[in-house]
Amino acid sequence: MRRLLVGGVVVLAVTLMCVCGAWGKSLKIGFNLPMTGGIPDVGESSKEAAEMLKEQVNGAGGVKVGKDVYDLDFVYEDNEEKAESATAAMLKLITQNEVLAIIGPQASKQAVPAGETADSFETPMISPWSTNPNTTLNRPYVFRACFLDPFQAPVAVNFVSEEFGAKKAAVIYDIASDYPNGLANDFKKAFEKRHGDGSVVAFETFTTKDTDFSAQLTNIVKSDADVLFVPQYYGEVPLIVKQAHELGWKKPIMGSDSWGSGDLMGLCGDDCKGLFFTTHYSPVGAKGSTKEFIDRYSAKYGRVPNDVAALTWDAIRLLLEAIRNTRGLTGNLQNDRKAVRDELAKIKDFEGVTGKMSFTTTGDPIKCAVVVKINDKGEYEFYKSVCP
Amino acid sequence: MDHFLQNLLNALQWGSFYALIALGYTLVYGVLLLINFAHGDIFMVGAYIGFFVATFLIGSYSYHIPFGLPNEVLFVITVLVTMVLTAGVGVTLERVAYRPLRRRGAGRLYLVITALMAGLILEHGNLALLGASRRSFPELIPKVVYQWGGVVVTNVKLLVIVTTVIVFLLLEAVVRKTKLGMAMRAISYDRFAVPLMGIPVDTVIVFTFVLGSSMAALAGVLFAAAYPVLEPYMGALIGWKAFIAAVVGGIGEIRGAFVGGFLLGFVEIFVAAFFPSTLRDLIAFFVLLIFLSFKPTGIFGVARSTKI
Repeated sequence: MRRLLVGGVVVLAVTLMCVCGAWGKSLKIGFNLPMTGGIPDVGESSKEAAEMLKEQVNGAGGVKVGKDVYDLDFVYEDNEEKAESATAAMLKLITQNEVLAIIGPQASKQAVPAGETADSFETPMISPWSTNPNTTLNRPYVFRACFLDPFQAPVAVNFVSEEFGAKKAAVIYDIASDYPNGLANDFKKAFEKRHGDGSVVAFETFTTKDTDFSAQLTNIVKSDADVLFVPQYYGEVPLIVKQAHELGWKKPIMGSDSWGSGDLMGLCGDDCKGLFFTTHYSPVGAKGSTKEFIDRYSAKYGRVPNDVAALTWDAIRLLLEAIRNTRGLTGNLQNDRKAVRDELAKIKDFEGVTGKMSFTTTGDPIKCAVVVKINDKGEYEFYKSVCP
Repeated sequence: MDHFLQNLLNALQWGSFYALIALGYTLVYGVLLLINFAHGDIFMVGAYIGFFVATFLIGSYSYHIPFGLPNEVLFVITVLVTMVLTAGVGVTLERVAYRPLRRRGAGRLYLVITALMAGLILEHGNLALLGASRRSFPELIPKVVYQWGGVVVTNVKLLVIVTTVIVFLLLEAVVRKTKLGMAMRAISYDRFAVPLMGIPVDTVIVFTFVLGSSMAALAGVLFAAAYPVLEPYMGALIGWKAFIAAVVGGIGEIRGAFVGGFLLGFVEIFVAAFFPSTLRDLIAFFVLLIFLSFKPTGIFGVARSTKI
């Protein structure tokens, strides 16, 4: 009797282990996100989107790759919004956690150096939100889910020229951060191409962590520009916009895709109402799978997903699509990473919640941009769509 | 000319914050010969306490104060309550961190290191407690923009500048005209002989911390009114710069903190106005370095231990 019992337990244990072994196969994906630092809301909303997708996929039985079924296993690392921490987090994810691929970092300041690490370790990386061209340049293993600044800048230039009849422009940007720096220069190039040399009459800089911009904004107000372009993150935009108004600036202010993430309206209030910015998607008036995503996200977290959440969602789904297309993983991390990379590069006409995308040879998608207006209720209202 | 005047006003506002914070450094240094590196973070704590007091007063926490007071009055109440609460934080810091060391006769170096540590604890305590999200200070004073010719000034800007000048004059009066001020100066003159005269040294030191921390709180609330985005690390950089301003003015000298603060504000704003901003800190601190190499004790400093 006793022997039978022991035997039974052993058999049960072995069966359980086998079942667990079969079910316990997991796809380890790393996330390199800014959970602290200047843009914590960006990290927060990325994580929310990722967790929602994980629940959905695992709830539906996991990801089927070839003959095997895998559960998703996400590893989150904080990059503190610093370039060096992003690289360290990357190394940790790749060598220590042994992830198959990496989503993030979000901001270009971290994505550019972290992309170098991912590429040299031959690990596929998709940055959902980094628009600086250098992130993917000459790096076969690095991809992104958003459009690029050389595309976004002319969109903004054409918009201010047609909408406000702007002939002269002013720019203020953080010279120590890759994203504002790159985009400001792209904007200047595009504006001067359209309106002639010297049409950007004020090109003012500051450095990260500055809070007083009065000297630069005084120059801008006195410069006789028709429009002010501010390619900054939501932490600095309220300070710049408020101080500009305090110094007597009454003309339009144009923003970039970094405005839409985080608590811009909570920090900025009435000063930002009526301003425009370019972005990746507009939640107001969405249809189809985009609406489905927005509804589910709002029901779960009680607020409308921002562009970072939507792009992170798309980035993970792109990655899963590529993994599925490999038709079976070998278990050898290096070969699997290469297989995933090759499949990512082949993706065509992918239907994301932020639009349709196909990849170019540099790992950048071809997709449309949206111009939104901040209306009197503080919502981001769809205004115009611009496609390449 | 307009351009110059406008930047002069910008510099006066920016310099005011340096001056207010530098006053706190200088008071503590004058009495204790302690460089209280946690002072910048006390300024941050002041801004955050001000934020919570202000949002409480305007009824963000399911409680409404009954009288329906106008916002300007609420702002004054916010400032006063914040000064009291932040003074409490400053005194607690002195009790917990500095006094035990002082009692055991630890050297000044250890006190300075403790101060650096206390600052980090305040920053990261805030980060752990309240999270990394930024907060927006409520606009209690409705913004009014005055325009004279090409020069634009807001009521907040005027308030900041005028308050700083008044606070400086008040502090001068306290230190020069009152008994407590005399005791402070006496301690800075000879810390070991003073207790023998029956002066309660600990009380005077606590009083110094109360004064210094409430200055920081005032600066914090005014800063939040002028730049209404709060984050846990907001005190670090401005604190260091204000310390440098205090040294350039002659640390331990109230007039030195005032002049040094405005000097730094002027240099920074005018460099940013006429040069690329990457050069701002470089040029600003180079100018200060030259000042110090000609007068190492600062503008008002004398090479003696008696100051304030």
